Amino acid sequence: MKGFFGFPGGVHFPQRKEATRNKRIESAHLPQQVVIPLSQHVGAPAEPLVSTGSQVKTGEVIGRATANISAPVHSSISGEVIKIKAFPHPSGLNNISSIVIKSDGKDEWVSEVKASGQKPNNLTSEKIKEIIKEAGIVGLGGAQFPTHVKLSPPKNIDIYILNGAECEPYLTCDERLMVENPKGVVEGFQLLMKAANVKRGYIGIEDDKLEAIRAIKEEIKELLNLELRVIKAKYPQGGERQLIKTLLGKDVPSGGLPFEIGVLVSNVGTAFAVWEAVERRKPLIERVITVTGSGIMEPKNLRVRIGTLICNLIDENCGGYRGKPGKIITGGPMMGMAQWTSETPVIKGTSGILVQTTEEISSGEYLDCIRCGKCTAVCPMSPYQLMPNMIFALVQMEQFAETEDYGLLDCIECGACAYTCPARIPLVQSIKYAKSERSKE
Amino acid sequence: MQRVKEAKNSSKNLVVSVSPHLRGKMTTMRIMWETILSLSPAVIVGIYIFGVAALSVILTVTISAILTEALIQKSCRKKVTINDGSAALTGILLSLTLPPGVPLWLAGVGGVIAISLGKQVFGGLGKNPFNPALVGRAVLLISFPEQMTTWRKPAPGIFNIDAVSTATPLGILKEEGASIAEVEVSLLDAFLGNISGSIGEVSAIALIAGATFLLIRGHISAEIPISFVATVMLFTIPFWLHNPENYASPVFHLLTGGLLLGAFFMATDMVTTPLLRKGKLIFGIGCGLLTALIRLFGGIPEGVLFSILIMNGTTPLIDRYTRPRYGRKK
Repeated sequence: MKGFFGFPGGVHFPQRKEATRNKRIESAHLPQQVVIPLSQHVGAPAEPLVSTGSQVKTGEVIGRATANISAPVHSSISGEVIKIKAFPHPSGLNNISSIVIKSDGKDEWVSEVKASGQKPNNLTSEKIKEIIKEAGIVGLGGAQFPTHVKLSPPKNIDIYILNGAECEPYLTCDERLMVENPKGVVEGFQLLMKAANVKRGYIGIEDDKLEAIRAIKEEIKELLNLELRVIKAKYPQGGERQLIKTLLGKDVPSGGLPFEIGVLVSNVGTAFAVWEAVERRKPLIERVITVTGSGIMEPKNLRVRIGTLICNLIDENCGGYRGKPGKIITGGPMMGMAQWTSETPVIKGTSGILVQTTEEISSGEYLDCIRCGKCTAVCPMSPYQLMPNMIFALVQMEQFAETEDYGLLDCIECGACAYTCPARIPLVQSIKYAKSERSKE
Repeated sequence: MQRVKEAKNSSKNLVVSVSPHLRGKMTTMRIMWETILSLSPAVIVGIYIFGVAALSVILTVTISAILTEALIQKSCRKKVTINDGSAALTGILLSLTLPPGVPLWLAGVGGVIAISLGKQVFGGLGKNPFNPALVGRAVLLISFPEQMTTWRKPAPGIFNIDAVSTATPLGILKEEGASIAEVEVSLLDAFLGNISGSIGEVSAIALIAGATFLLIRGHISAEIPISFVATVMLFTIPFWLHNPENYASPVFHLLTGGLLLGAFFMATDMVTTPLLRKGKLIFGIGCGLLTALIRLFGGIPEGVLFSILIMNGTTPLIDRYTRPRYGRKK
């Protein structure tokens, strides 16, 4: 096992995945209504192709990509468009135009979908990219970068990495996908590699996901271009830069992207979506998410239609809340977004919904920094670990420009520092604030 | 739709905050109390060797430090934070650097000075540039030189009150040279704690036990103490080899005086020492050089106190120049 280099810092914490780790992925009940934001990706929002009153079918394109960096959106149910207006979005923005569709309960698919797709062997790289683009696939790990753009880097790529680390506590959706559908994941990965003309692929899985490791190992045993790398369970192992550092020992240049050193990274969920798009001609209208946390009656891994509102999802599939929900988080607890309302929809980048009870929530009070240095010690950035406490001190004095001398722009906001800080200082908050102040200039 | 409404109602007043939404278990308070715990072997040995005198000094300084902190915070209308253990820690650390027989009023004054001049005057926990306990000791040493340099002979047994005054091993070394000092002070006694000196510095083994606990718990890092101690020992070797009559061996320097107490418990104070590994090494080496220079050539027998205070003053500079050159290369 060459688990060699590793990234600096990082934290070990209770994974808290037990609630859903061994639960099969279930299909969520068909929602009565979906809210599909026109922006579920990095780049230009899609442009609506339907209007109020339009009848749509499942899988139909309802928003088309308007620029090269953009992605189309599809209807995830069949029914009638009842509204196109701004709706609360999981990113916290409220001005993102969304298409609201009322279900007719039939779930009628557009005809070309569900017809058997093409055999991957006969597809050219360009054709695969086109299918991916039409299917509206974006990075499902949370970054939501349009996948077809990633597959056309301005540089030759030597290595493609499939990210199966899933280092966020609580989340188990990627793990379950690998366990239950190793074929889809691996074939999807090979399609991605073919599309980007990459010869070598690594699959990185954290060493605590034994079942997933077994399933993937079995699946790739005859594939010579793929290699499974079992890596240490340590947060944030699934960070793109950290995973590259662990597997290849290379640093992505500061401010740069992985393709600059000849590497691409995609998430397990993305690979599976690619496989479904190519094999089954199915656009990205549903994804697997983990609904969990002590504020949920029945934590589950669910296959959920995009656009399902969080409140409906929890009510209809997970038995509602346990106790009074204090915080509803989309994504994992380390990097996820706290929602101000439960009426935001599941979107393409939603990997989980975590509900914390009011008792679990920390007060937000903090003490003065005692310069213990633990924030720097756990920072996973290489070659230089950042100095979050110095950034915080400078932000308090509103010296935003100087924060860049302590690594502000390299921060991936993984939250390892704030998690570790014994004084409970909101380090990530100050970093986000400093970044937004810097971007104003 | 009815059920949807219920869900909506029950999710009112959601808490919104920036990630991460999980917090670790370690708190400032816990770090302070665990550090206090790590001093307990040295405290116990000190009391065993020097009796009730040591106990009353420790209690006086600690209570004085806690009261001073509470009074100042109260009068400044700030939240009283004596529960966080930092004032108690400062008090205990200061008491461990005092001679066991100091008058209790002097011990009390020490606690007041450490907290007021050493810490609160700068804004409290985390803001002070110098180690508060050492500030307290420095002021006492300069203001009351006679009381602060009157040492007791070790007399194991708690109720032994026949105090006989004597010189410390480093005092003998300064006055009469290594040949006499090394005969009068056995290294085994110095290792166990059966020597004269300040309350907490006499027993090497007790200090090492506490330091090991702190290292395992991650509350101190090894860079500063190791480089500090190693520098003192390496620096003294050539002098000792050249003239063992006059200069003591590195092991003598290691086990006597306040080197271990200072290196593991004072020079590792998070607030007043550099943040990064490289800076910590520079800090430790600086402390070691200054300590060795003062011990070998200075007018006073011991140099740990002033070497750490001087290096505390350089901490912002060290931090500045050891900072990595973060950059966005294009």
